This record gives sequence, structure tokens and C-alpha cells, in this order.
Amino acid sequence: MKTAVIVFPASNCDRDAQDALAQVTGKAPVMVWHKDGIIPEDTDLVVIPGGFSYGDYLRCGAMAANSPVVEQLKAHAERGGYVLGICNGFQILCETRLLPGVLMRNASLHFVCRPQRLSVESANTAFTSAYCSSSTVTIPIAHHDGNYFADEATLDRLEGEGRVVFRYAAGENPNGASRDIAGILSENGRIMGMMPHPERAMGGNEGGADGLGVFQSLLNAA
Amino acid sequence: MPDTSAILAHLTATQEEAQGLEHGIKADEWERLVTRLGRKPNLVELGIYSVMWSEHCSYKSSRRHLSKFPTKNARVIQGPGENAGVIDIGDGQAAIFKMESHNHPSYIEPYQGAATGVGGILRDVFTMGARPIALVNALRFGDPSHPKTRSLVAGVVAGIGGYGNCVGVPTVAGETQFDAGYNGNILVNAMAVGLADQDKIFYARGATPGNPIFYVGSKTGRDGIHGATMASAEFSEGDEEKRPTVQVGDPFTEKLLIEACLELMATDAIQAIQDMGAAGLTSSSVEMAASGGANGEGIGVIMDLDKVPQREEGMTAYEIMLSESQERMLIVLYPDKIDMAKAIFDKYDLSAEVIGETTDTGHLVLTQFGEVVCDIPVAPLAEDAPNYDRPWNEPPKRVALDPAAFDVPTDLAGTLLKLMGTPDMASKRWVWEQYDRHVMGDTIDSSQSGGDAAIVRIHKTNKALAICSDCNPHYVSADPYEGGKQAVAEAYRNLSAVGATPIAITDNLNFGNPEKPNTMGYIVKAIEGMAEACRELDFPVVSGNVSLYNETDGTAIPPTPVVGGVGLLEDISKSATLKGAKPGDLLVMVGGIGTHLGATQYARSVLGLKGEALGTPPPVDLAVEKRNASFIRDIIGAGLATAVHDISDGGLACSVAEVALASNCGAVVNISPELQGFPASHLHAALFGEDQARYIFTVAGDAENALAQFAEARPDVPMLMLGSITDASEGLTFAVDVRKDQTFSVGLDALRSANEDWLPGYMNTVD
Repeated sequence: MKTAVIVFPASNCDRDAQDALAQVTGKAPVMVWHKDGIIPEDTDLVVIPGGFSYGDYLRCGAMAANSPVVEQLKAHAERGGYVLGICNGFQILCETRLLPGVLMRNASLHFVCRPQRLSVESANTAFTSAYCSSSTVTIPIAHHDGNYFADEATLDRLEGEGRVVFRYAAGENPNGASRDIAGILSENGRIMGMMPHPERAMGGNEGGADGLGVFQSLLNAA
Repeated sequence: MPDTSAILAHLTATQEEAQGLEHGIKADEWERLVTRLGRKPNLVELGIYSVMWSEHCSYKSSRRHLSKFPTKNARVIQGPGENAGVIDIGDGQAAIFKMESHNHPSYIEPYQGAATGVGGILRDVFTMGARPIALVNALRFGDPSHPKTRSLVAGVVAGIGGYGNCVGVPTVAGETQFDAGYNGNILVNAMAVGLADQDKIFYARGATPGNPIFYVGSKTGRDGIHGATMASAEFSEGDEEKRPTVQVGDPFTEKLLIEACLELMATDAIQAIQDMGAAGLTSSSVEMAASGGANGEGIGVIMDLDKVPQREEGMTAYEIMLSESQERMLIVLYPDKIDMAKAIFDKYDLSAEVIGETTDTGHLVLTQFGEVVCDIPVAPLAEDAPNYDRPWNEPPKRVALDPAAFDVPTDLAGTLLKLMGTPDMASKRWVWEQYDRHVMGDTIDSSQSGGDAAIVRIHKTNKALAICSDCNPHYVSADPYEGGKQAVAEAYRNLSAVGATPIAITDNLNFGNPEKPNTMGYIVKAIEGMAEACRELDFPVVSGNVSLYNETDGTAIPPTPVVGGVGLLEDISKSATLKGAKPGDLLVMVGGIGTHLGATQYARSVLGLKGEALGTPPPVDLAVEKRNASFIRDIIGAGLATAVHDISDGGLACSVAEVALASNCGAVVNISPELQGFPASHLHAALFGEDQARYIFTVAGDAENALAQFAEARPDVPMLMLGSITDASEGLTFAVDVRKDQTFSVGLDALRSANEDWLPGYMNTVD
């Protein structure tokens, strides 16, 4: 599997994503600088890492969505390539409209970093085939703006089409997200955005090892 | 172009003693200044003297006492005097770390004050070539009932999170305490730890004449002018008006600055580098000049201030030199590297300009609008700064507190719950959940487990750094010498409790007005106590910061010398935390039965004692500290311990409770006067006493023999089988009198709620 990681100014989980991809694929991903970097055409998976792109002083991800590299990201998506947006990456995917909905400020108005129990809503996706459906996994979160919101029709459609991939465990919604949504898929099932950080849960640290499945699933799919 | 002649006339006008006083230069210092300079200074020069001779920059009240600290051991590469301390962690790598206060600005503007504190300490570390890998903060607020406390907590925590989370450095440990003594002056001490290759460490020293001076980072604005002077004065009512002296942080630019500097540092372009912290362009240029030269003999600097990137129009030389705008660096480059360096900073859209040159004149020369506005010798600014031997009084000795004078409470379960829910002991989840603790992927253990020290892996290795921060200001108030010793010993213990070898400390000495002999007495004795502990434990000071004048309307803060400790774990698999205990494990104590209630959490919260009545703090026997710590490290190294915790605030009972909460299990503890041979009237001291050099640990039930062998080999270490770990549903049971079969029990849920509910409840209350 050939992978790439987009690096925006003040992306800060780019190295973590790089390490996770190298751990699973055995090959270093191409690191693509937002200004002049190139996403190679034969890339199977593009990861948009967490962080505070352009400082996120504006709405999270809004600046990044207008960055030069986004044209290439869209071209990659149109080719049917896989895209994984984590945390700030999820926000950017919503801002680019590659995924529906928005991520608003957490209901608590506070940044929140904690181990988060998630329910795997569907194991029948390219991002979750390594998990069992309806299983509960723990993956850390760390965000200020993870309160997923979309209109009712969009939410119904996402659920109806099996595009809600991860939900916060019942009663443990950390940010007020609609219908406890933690991660969603694009219509073609090739793009996933999620607030939790699977790259921080690859084993050997406080984050645990439950995030490994996301990358293993992608390795199997690509 | 405005008429520059009027501005220049203003800047170069000769100043008199009265203006000196307005700049915080006292009469004797004015004499000194004029004598050394051989004339009266102009306005720009006076501004420069005032910041360089401020307490904040010159350490004029503490320097002679700081020299008592040991600063070397086999692993120290760089001690105090540079931006941060550097220690050898093997394999050609170094850990670089420092702690620094941002107390005064955080009280005036908590969000930005705390945020820029984090930014400043990060720059101290990456200036030296290190990638920052961990942040720690030690916070002290006023009484929870004080009307300002809640908003200060909210602002400071949001500010630390806002900055640290964005730059992508995990905040892994810290402490948060409350005391009425901080009502008028909170303490915000931030520590950063970085990782560098030993052959790529950069210093402020060593610049030679004839090289370009390169300014990088943010543009210079009018923020923070005279911040260092503000931080060197007492507060009085209405000082919120000083808000313009507080800087505004931009973590986005800091993140870019980190990446750009580390990219430049990977090349051979830099001769010397210094961040612009307190006193901005002034202190950075003066410090580089003063420590310049091949042999540190000092060099000169000439800078054209018109070339300094500026955020606002019409700034004067005075403002440019005194601005404390954040996220700026000054670099002495090799001349043929300018274009390459510019290209790197251009990639990150950061300002980067050559603004001057190093010279052999030994003078700081500044020009603006083509005219010289400052020409002063560098040496008097740095080396001739005042160095006071402030008069001091021996702090009063207290009478020891006799536990037998206080009845053992009848409701011991309630007492334990009360202690676990006091503001100091309560869980700080509300705080650390707002900090990203996991970015960079190397956090093995953080505040999340309530552990003694955070464990941060050295990237792509099986080694880790252990990091902690400690101070018990109640002990220091009670006896500054013993309290100072204790702060160092506690850090040593906390690092040992995770299995790490303690290497060195950074310190942050927070005190009141040093011009008052009573306050100065606490400064002197605390430093001497710390120095003794550092010496005996081979745990030297490699960097630090002094924050004085923490006083409002004449009332000083409790003396608070905070210690940031760093230790090395050679093998992560041989480490311990609070969270590994399992039902069936044996519970063991190292150190004797508790006897000491003076100055403890119990004396304050349960007995309700204050001030003198609290008595003396627990004494610290450094030889015993060393012995017990090495035993604990050996137990962990042998893979015997499933969980380890030191016994500190709240004594044995609270220590067991914390392990039970972290491991989510119960425990049975036998602590009976009859069995262990102590007077029944001392049961409260046995449960809640804070005698030093003590630990608890758990071992698997089937490892009893291995443990016995260990104990046999070390008969000098007092070890006591206390009981066992049980299922969470069984809660904690303390058997306190075997013959009468007397026990008290606390359910784990009740314990958790006592520990977890206080802070969120407090923060979510609306006045």
C-alpha cells in the first residue's frame, strides 16, 4: 500500500501518522507539504493528520480547505483513492465538503483529551474490517471542536446508508455530537473522517492498541 | 516618513536620576550605572539598563545564594547559565529542560499569561537544538472561596492548553494546589523537556565578531514593553491596569518557529542562538554579546533597528528594544549561510532579516533612522549588574506537633474520604483533560493515572524519561531548610517510584519581596536545604528560574521552591505506575509506620490547624531516602512490582486509596497498633502521617518468595507486609485493631466520587 500524509502548517500529528503507517505498511509514507508538495498519482491512501492547521484561529479546517494541496486531495478522491481524516483532518474533510456536516465547538466549550470508548457501528467498511461489528474499542480523543452536526435529513441518510462508522459509547459522548457520531464515511465508502486518534493507539503507549485495526483494515483493502 | 528628528531628540535626551527611579533603578544602582558608564544614559540606554538590571534578568537578590547549588554530576553536559540545562541520557542523546514562572502576567491576564509562559519555556528548550517532547506545569491558586480563584483557574488552564495543544507537545504531568496565601499572587510555573543529539546542541555563547545577526519569527509589536520590570515588582490593588505589559501568544507561529529552527539546526549555519524572552531584543543581544568570543571574553553588537520586522508603524528604538513580543529568535549565522537560512524561514512564512552584525568593540550599538541611539559597553550590563547580599533573618523555629495531643477520630472512613476530596488532594481531571497528553505518540504514563512521575518514551527507543514536579509549600513555610530538602527528596522519590534513575533537576524559586529580611531568610534557608539534598542525592540543579516580589499589598506568598525532576528509564518494560495492581497481589510498605502529623494535609484539613500551630514538617533523612529509593528501583528493575506509589500527602491511607483508584481494585490493609507495635493514640499518624522516604508497592501473590529473598538481601530496608489487593467491589478495608477485630471500610465508588467530584463541582458553580 502506498501512502501519503498531508502536512499543513501546525499539523501536529503528522509524525504520529507517519509512524503508524510505517508500522503497518513497512514503508514510509510520502510527506506532502501543503504549499508545493505533490501527492503521487499512485497513492492508495492519503492521511490528513490532526493538529491546528494554520493555527485554526478561524473555523477549524477552514483555512486548510483553501490550501493549494486540496486540489490534489480532491483529484485523489475523484480517482477513488482512500482518504483518512483524523481530528483536524476530519474537520478539513468537512470544510472541503468531501464529507457532509460540520464539527462545532465541544458542548462543554473545553478542549477534551481522554481515552474514549467507541462502538464500531459497521465492520463492513474498508476502514473497519479488522474489527467486529458492534464491538467496543477505546481510542484516545483530543479536540476542542468535535461536536459533529448535520441536518436531520443528512443524519438519517448517513445512518440509512451505513455511513456512521464509529459512535461514542452510549452515555459517554464527550462533545455533544449529533447521534453520538465519532466517525463517518463518504458516499463511495473511500473517505473516512473521525475525531478519535487511531494513530495514538498503535500499542506500547498510554493510548492502548485499539487504533491498529483502522490501519490494518486499510492495508487489507488497498 | 514622519519627522524623525523630534523622535531622535527624545530618544537621545540625557536622563536624570528621577527618570532612573521611574524605570525601577534605585539610587545606589543609579550611582553604579553612571560611574560604570562614565556619563548619564539617554532614554534608550536607560530602558536597556532598567530591564537588564531588573530582578527578573539579573537575579541580583538571589545570585550569591544560587551559587550554593551543586550543578554537576557525571551526566550533566550543561548546567545553569544557558537557556536550559542539558544532561546525557546515553546513545549520543541529551535531554534539555528547564522550568520557568509566568506568575505576574498570569494573575493580570490568566489566559495569555499562562499561554506565553508555555511558549517561553518551549523556546528555551528548542533554542538549544532540542525537539520539545513534554510539558509540565505547577500551578498554585488562592483559596477556592476567593472571588478571583475560579476565573483564574479557568483562564490559566485554558491558556496552557490553548498553547501546548496547538504546538503539539504533550502536557504530561503537573500539580495544582490551592491556598489563601496565593489569593493575590498565583503561581504558574511551566517546565519543558526536549530531546537532542549531543553533537547538535546550540548555545547562546561563542559568537565571534564579523558575523550577521539574524532576526526570525514574529514581527515586533508594542506588547509586553517592560514586562521584566513588571515581574520584578510587588502588586497592589488595581494592577489589572498593567495588562498592556502582558504579551499575547501565537502558538501557530511558535509551531512554525520550532520546525524552522530545527530544520536550520540540522545544517551548519548557526554560530550562536538565543530566544527573545524577558526583555526581548535587549537581553537576547546583550547575552549573546556578553558570552561571545572564542573564549567567552565578550564581543560587541551593532544593530540597525530600522531593519527589525515591525508589526506597527512608528515604533521607537526604545519600544523595539523593550518589546516582549513572543515567538522571536536571534541567531548569529555564518556569513555564507544567509540565503539558505532565509529560504528555510520563507518556507514557513516567518519573518527573517539580517538586522546587524557582531563586532569586536565590546559595545552594544543601535541605530535608528540612520543615527546612533545607543552606544554602551556590554560588560557592565551583564556582569556588573548589582549582586546584593540582602540582609536576612533566621526564620522562626516552630514547636513540633504532638500527635497524642489530638484524639484519633472516631470516623476514620469519613476522615479518609474528606482528605481525598480536599482541594489539594482531589483529582485534577478537570485540568489535565484539557491538555493533549498523547500527541507525539510516546506518552507511556501521564497525569491520567495519577502517577508519581510521567513516563515519556525517547522516540523509537525502548528508553524513557521520567518527569515530575514537586513542592510542598506548607513544609517550606514551617521550616524552609527541611522543606527545601523535602522538595528535592520528593522529586527523587517520585522518579524512583516509576523505576527511573534520578539525574538532575530544574527549579523555580517563588518567593515574596527579597528586600524584606524575613522573606529573604526563607529564600536563603530553602536554597541551602535544597542544595544539601541535591548534593547528598547526586541530583544537581541544571537550570532554573527565580520569581521574587510575589506580594500584594505587603503580603507575600508562601515560600514555594518548585522542583522539576528528570530521570532515565533504561528499559520501559522495567517501570511501574499506580495502575498495575491486581486482586490477589500483596501490598507492601517500605519505610516505617507513620508518626508525623506536623504540617500535613491531615493537620490542615482535619485538625483545622493554621500557621504556627501546624508545627514542624516531617524531617528528611537523605541517607534513608537514597537507600529506600534504590531498593524500590531494584524491586521494579527485577520485575517484581505490579504497582508502586510513594507515601506523601495524606499518608499511607491516601497512598493506598490512590493505588486502588488507579488500578480499579480494593485492598485490605492491616495497620494495627498491637501488630505493628505503636501506641493506639498514634493511629491517625500511622494512617495519615507524612513521614518521608516511604513507598507502597504490590507484588503478585505467587512472587512472595522472590520478594522474601530480596528483603533478606537488604535487611537495612524496613519492609512491612501490609495486606493484599482485592476485587474492586470489596473496596478498601483497614484492620486497625486486630484483637478487637476493629476495621473501617470505604467503598471504591464513594472514594472515587470523593476524589473526582470536588474540582468539576467547584468549576461549574456559578457565583
